[in-house]
Parts: sequence; structure tokens; C-alpha cells
Amino acid sequence: MIKTIDAYGLYYKDLNNMIKKYYEKGIQEFRLKRVSGQRYIGSGIHGKPNIVIEGTPGNDLAAFSDGVNITVKGNAQDAVGNTMNDGNLIIHGHAGDTVGYSMRGGKIYIKSYAGYRVGIHLKQYQDKIPVIIIGGRAGDFLGEYMAGGIIIVLGLDVAADEELVGSYCGTGMHGGVMYIRGNVAPYKLGKEVKSDTLSESDMKVLKKHLSDYCNVMGLDFKKVVSKTFTKLYAYNKRPYGKLYAY
Amino acid sequence: MSLSFLTPEFIVLRDRERCNNCGLCIKLCSFQAHYYGEKQQRVVSDDKKCVNCQYCVVKCPKNALIVKKHPLEFRQHDYWNDTSIKDIYKQAETGGVLLTGMGNDKKFPIYWDKMVLNASQVTNPSIDPLREPMELKTFLGKKPSRLEVDNKGNLISHMPPQLELEIPVMFGGMSFGSISYNAFKALATAAKEAGTYFNTGEGGLHRDFYDFADNTIVQVASGRFGVNQEYLDHSAAVEIKIGQGAKPGIGGHLPGEKVGEEVSKTRMIPIGSDAISPAPHHDIYSIEDLRQLIYAIKETTDYKKPVLVKIAAVHNVAAIASGIARAGADIIVIDGFRAGTGAAPTRIRDNVGIPIELAIAAVDDRLKDEGIRNQVSIVASGGIRNSSDVIKAIALGADAVSIATAALVAMGCHMCQKCYTGKCNWGITTQNPELVKRLDPDEAARRLINLLRAWSIEIKEMLGGMGINAIESLKGNRLMLRGIGLSEVELKILGISHAGE
Repeated sequence: MIKTIDAYGLYYKDLNNMIKKYYEKGIQEFRLKRVSGQRYIGSGIHGKPNIVIEGTPGNDLAAFSDGVNITVKGNAQDAVGNTMNDGNLIIHGHAGDTVGYSMRGGKIYIKSYAGYRVGIHLKQYQDKIPVIIIGGRAGDFLGEYMAGGIIIVLGLDVAADEELVGSYCGTGMHGGVMYIRGNVAPYKLGKEVKSDTLSESDMKVLKKHLSDYCNVMGLDFKKVVSKTFTKLYAYNKRPYGKLYAY
Repeated sequence: MSLSFLTPEFIVLRDRERCNNCGLCIKLCSFQAHYYGEKQQRVVSDDKKCVNCQYCVVKCPKNALIVKKHPLEFRQHDYWNDTSIKDIYKQAETGGVLLTGMGNDKKFPIYWDKMVLNASQVTNPSIDPLREPMELKTFLGKKPSRLEVDNKGNLISHMPPQLELEIPVMFGGMSFGSISYNAFKALATAAKEAGTYFNTGEGGLHRDFYDFADNTIVQVASGRFGVNQEYLDHSAAVEIKIGQGAKPGIGGHLPGEKVGEEVSKTRMIPIGSDAISPAPHHDIYSIEDLRQLIYAIKETTDYKKPVLVKIAAVHNVAAIASGIARAGADIIVIDGFRAGTGAAPTRIRDNVGIPIELAIAAVDDRLKDEGIRNQVSIVASGGIRNSSDVIKAIALGADAVSIATAALVAMGCHMCQKCYTGKCNWGITTQNPELVKRLDPDEAARRLINLLRAWSIEIKEMLGGMGINAIESLKGNRLMLRGIGLSEVELKILGISHAGE
């Protein structure tokens, strides 16, 4: 059964409380209509409901969440998937700053562009490898302090004279990998970042995630994967190891 | 390699009559200060390696060892003292940032020692806590502006979530990683036993400690290590760490060497990788953003747990605290510049931040002036040494205090300030399994419980002397304090009169 909630004019606390209460009663599928800026949708739910959002969810969508699946038919605001542990967030539009801050697992797919500091302090642990895929371009400080996980930037709707990523890409990076569809000018990269071509194993990983992304977003996989990608990774797992006098 | 200019800080004196060359000190010292001298055919010491942690001194079966400050001195110079000269040698040799452990050890004024307490004489007779009831119970959290009760006397006002303390002393944030598993276990055990709380620091919560959830404050800091729904669920309250007194304004690095299997599990990062906590939370650039994170946590914990916000005491602490209160925090933790840490750049530790005594008074005044003091509780921390510091902190306006350095000292810390090396001979700030074994968690917990018991008796004695029978009545009661040898500005900030006035 799908529970439809008209979120228009609802305070976020009441909306989220309604979702939690219905979920506790056994409802797994939600359709939220006319969502207009309500924060923290999907937070604090102990389980894996599927939530479809029509409209624009507010900041901290699915913050601290652990397995919630959300599809946004619209744009999202700041801090999507903040400190998220597991789950899938699909944004059929653009997203704001700090997408996936300190995210440890799960996936965030964004159809269009994303703001500053996307994937900041992205982590990974054992079988948990978070993935963020951005269809458009990403802002400055992409993958800042990145400690694990995968970020993919496709630049599909980017004009020929536009850059795929902003400045200071990967500043403080000490783990994980970024795949950028096209070239990244060296001056855009943080000093901790190394740029390379993709190995066979990289291509395998990339294709696996892209085929899923194209499937979800309704894109032509062959076309998306046809262009040459750049791999970005950290020079050193311990960028600040030699900072101190012992 | 060029010769180091550094001379030993300490001298190890070995009584040759007493030393029977058993070699225990060689085995014990993780800094390798003792060795068997082939030439001398006996156990000798390398003064340069000694950090004066006194582990060998305490353990030597023959009491043959004494460690003293090295008598070698530079030519007397009041400006260029030993430390300033040696620091330059160290940096000229390594090109690195000076690192240290524990808290600010410089000669700044200690306001605790310049304030004295009142006692009742003749009028308002003193109370004997050994025979009369004395209340130390403290509730931390938002208090409603007014209480409504129904006809039968039942409370109908909504009471926000509270932390209930049997003694107004908690254990401050120390992560598993910065301290050992056994030290962490001792704190958890003691907090449960004594009816107070311990704090995970930014190091996650090992599943072994889930049974202590009701006495656990879990921390959410900029690196979000070990933070997930499960972690937040296993807590009594959640603390957002913005800053800490030992190193305001900067982040933290747990070096990869300290990230072994258990720390890796707890922080949820790969073994051997550096745990880097950025200086700011990158989702907090304003009071409004702080509110957003506070409510993200409240939503995630169903509004059932108080949210603490911890900041370092800095110049505008009063205005910042007001913002934090308005952002919706239930408890503000203010950490003064004497606060300890596992590792901090020396210059930051010794030069950034303000004394906690002044910060408590300034914050309490500001929140009262704005009529929002009831909306938050204040916890003071950063160098609380004894029960009289506790009672003065509360008289200045704190609801409770946190101790961390004092707790480590109770467990055996001898303040050698080498926590950052990970070689703690006392088994407290190390992850080396051989060293960790040296700290018996049950014995350490017993020592912590003893400390809290002793302090609570002393607090009751002092309260009784003032004619007060509940700690609640002392809160912000600055008439009970007088300053000695303080300037008018200092007295004004502390909100107290001079002794004799």
C-alpha cells in the first residue's frame, strides 16, 4: 500500500512524525506531494521505507539515515544525505551544497548539477562504499577531506566552455576515488590529489555504477560511458603525517 | 646526521646500593630510557629519553629510582628561558609544528585560587551533612519558563528531556583512540556506578559498551567518526562538538598508527588510516546552521534526548553561548583554556582561549540578562582539579562540571604530557596492547568512583558550611564568593566582591 501525504503547509516536525508513525504501522511506501522545503525527511526512521517526494525537500534530506530510499521528483537543497550510513537517494534535478557530508554508505544520484563541498569527508568502511554520482557539474571543494568512497561527475548538461568541477577539487583528500567524465585542469586540483587515466579495474567499477545510474535516470549508458574519464585519487593516505616535530 | 643541540629535560638517578640490576625498568619503559650497559655491566639510563612519567619509579621493587628536573641550566635570562630556547632547537632540527599533550601549563592567573567561599556564622546556621539531608542531584536540560499543574497537582507542562546526575560532575569527552580500551571501560563503569555520565569524544562507541548507553553522552564532531543511527540510539544525550579548550579553532588528527583493529571498528574507518577531523563542521557556518544540526539530531532521536553543544571558551563566549541557546541546544558545555587533550599544537594549547572561571560568569550573566538562562544548562570544564573548583564553578553560574584530566590522574596519569606519542606507560593514552594491559579497568573504575565519592562528601561539607542544603541553591549564587587580589575589572567580570567587602 502506498500512503500519500499532502505536505503543503505542514511543519517539518509534523510531516516527519506522520511518516514515522505510518511506518511503524507497517506502511513501506510513501508518496509526499507538494513538499516545499520541509527538512530532515527520512531522518530517524529505523527501517528501509521507500519515499517518493514531489516538490522540493528542505535541507538535511535523510540526515543520519540508515537504509531509507528516497526519490525526489524535483530539486533538493543543502546537505542531502548528511552523515548517511546506507540507503539510496535519487534526485531528478539539482542539489545544493555539502551533498553526502561524511556519508559512510549508500548511494546518492543527482541528475543535474550540485553545489559546493559535495562529498566532503566521504568515508568507507569494510563493505560500505558510498557512491555519489552527479549528472551535471559540481561546485568548488568537491571531495574535500575525502577519506573513501566514490564520486563520479558526468557533466552531461554542461556547455562546451564550462568546467566540470570547481576549484580546490579534492583538497585534503586522503582516500577514495573520483571519476570525472572529461579532463580536469591541474590548477583545479588540491595539492593532495593525483590525476590519472583509468585502469581496467577502475573501468569495471565505473561501468557498474554508471549502468545503474543510467538505468535509474533513463539515460543512454553507451553514450555516457563513451567519453574518456579522468581518475582522481590521493597521493598519500596520511597527508599530514609529517607536520609535527616529535 | 647532525648533532642535536637538545639536552635532557630530566635526570634519572639510580641508587646503586639499591638497584639489583633486575632489569624490570628496562622492560617497563616504552620510551626505552633504561638499558643494560654492556660496558658498565649493569642497568643504566638514558636521560634524554626519560619523559618523567614515573612509571618505573613507582614499579621499581627496590625503590632505586628517582627522576628529577635536569640541573643543567642555560645562563640565567628571564626572557629567553630554557623552554623558549629548546623549542627553537626542536623546530630547527625537524621543521615541524610542536606537539604536546594535556592542558596549558603556563603561568596564567588561576582564578579558582583567588576566590574564597563563605561560611555561616551565628545567623543562618551551618548544616552538618553527616546528619542532615543534603541534595547534590542535578538535572541538566531545558527548563520550562513556567510550570502548570492540574487540580490534583499533576504536572501538565511538557518537560523537555533531562540528564539526571547524582553528583554535578561528569566525565569529559575522551575518545577510544586517544585513550585506551581499558581507560574507556573504566570511565563507563564509574559513570554508571556513580550515577553520572561519560562522553565518547569523537571516536565512536565500541559495541562492547552498549550496556552503558544510559550513562553515555555520544559526540558528533566535524569528522563524524563512528556516527550513525545505531550510535545515536545508544546514548543518553548527544553532544555536538564545535570546539575544545585545549585547541580552540582547530581540528584533530588521530594518526594512522593509533587506528588498530578495535579503533577501526569503533570509528568505522580502515585500519591504519589517519582520522582527520576538520576544524569546522562544514554544515555549520552560522547559528542558523547550528540549529539545523541540533534539530537533525533531535529528529533522529525523536526529541527524547538532550542535545549538548560544546565550545571552547574564547573572547566572545557570552554572545556565542546566547546564539547556541537560541539555536535550541539543551545544554552548553564551555571548555576553558586549561583543558587537556591527547594531542595539540603547543602554541595553540598555550595561547588560545580564556580561563573558564571568567567564561562561566560571562555566559551566566549574559543568559540571565537576556532572560533565557532557563532554556539551557551550563556545563563548565577545562582544568577542574578538586571539589572546591567544582563548587566555585557552580557558584559562578555553572549547573555542573566535567572532568577529564582529573579522571586520568585518578587512573594513574602522572602528567608527563606525552599522550600524543601513544606510548603511555600507564596504559591510559595508548593503543599498544602490552601497555593497555597495565591498566586494570576495574581497579581504575574503583579509583574514579572513590574520587567522585570523596568530592561529593567535600561538596556537601562546603555547602553545609554555607548553610545551603541543595546544590541547586548554590547555582549562580555569587554572594558566596569573594575575590582576593583581583583587579576591579576581574571582579566585575566574575560578578563578585572583594574579600572584606
